[in-house]
Amino acid sequence: MITLSHFIVLGAVLFCIAVASLFINRKNVIVLLMSIELMLLAVNINFVAFSRFLGDVAGQVFVFFILTVAAAETAIGLAILVLLFRNRSTINIAEIDSMKG
Amino acid sequence: MIDPQMFQLVCFYAFAAVTVGAALGVITLRNTVHAVLSLVLTFFSTACIWLLAEAEFLAIALIVVYVGAVMVLFLFVVMMLDIKQEHVREGFIRYLPVGIIVALVMLGEMLALIGVRAMHMAVMGPNPATVAGVSNTEWLGHALYTQFLLPFEIAALILTVGVVAAVALTLRHRKGPRHQTAAQQVSIKPADRIRIVKMAAERPAPNQETTP
Repeated sequence: MITLSHFIVLGAVLFCIAVASLFINRKNVIVLLMSIELMLLAVNINFVAFSRFLGDVAGQVFVFFILTVAAAETAIGLAILVLLFRNRSTINIAEIDSMKG
Repeated sequence: MIDPQMFQLVCFYAFAAVTVGAALGVITLRNTVHAVLSLVLTFFSTACIWLLAEAEFLAIALIVVYVGAVMVLFLFVVMMLDIKQEHVREGFIRYLPVGIIVALVMLGEMLALIGVRAMHMAVMGPNPATVAGVSNTEWLGHALYTQFLLPFEIAALILTVGVVAAVALTLRHRKGPRHQTAAQQVSIKPADRIRIVKMAAERPAPNQETTP
């Protein structure tokens, strides 16, 4: 039968995959945005699991709000990305260093 | 006859395996479109896991809102931008060992925190919504519209700000083409467009007597 640890371990694995992605995909902003989505998903899995096992509705309400904020964040992030690509013709982070001292 | 709880566990492991595999695909696939599609699979199998946890509303919301709207937005942007594939892969091999080491250490620490003993502690009890005698959606909605009404309104405000910000950021005024300005067109007065001049209907005939 499923225990709480099953869900938490799955969330931890997803979170670590997303952290590894921050290191190996440091040139591609789109993949970085996607790894942020993965991190939020891992947190959401934990929230749902705790809400279910503790019988508390607040966890699932929180997941609802996280989904809302993440959707807004993605929309604005992609808008900034489009703007960046229009002005600089690149999404390579290494080339976006005009504010470097 | 299969034990239902055993079947649940088998389903959980299957969905979890698909989730982790698809997540690995997201971060390693060479083609960004494939990575986005892999992320869609991750979200879908996570929604299945949430169904196993009897969080039906959030599972459907994840598919409808996330896969239906946010991931399609990702796909739009990925296909709209002309990204050079070989260029964005620089440093992949170079930073791969660091990424793997950091991820494994973090995972080890987290698993140590969660603990081996906790593995058999919390068994899934009765569904709290069913205990209360309502469906999961009703349970969630009741809390959302009473206890969490203010955060709910703020979330709506955040979404509105997100829409306005995204439109304002990507709106572009080109120099070349001529556009109609609706505000100026509406605020124009008749006097600016046409001038009515009073004048006599007929001109007096030139004086005949002066001519010789």
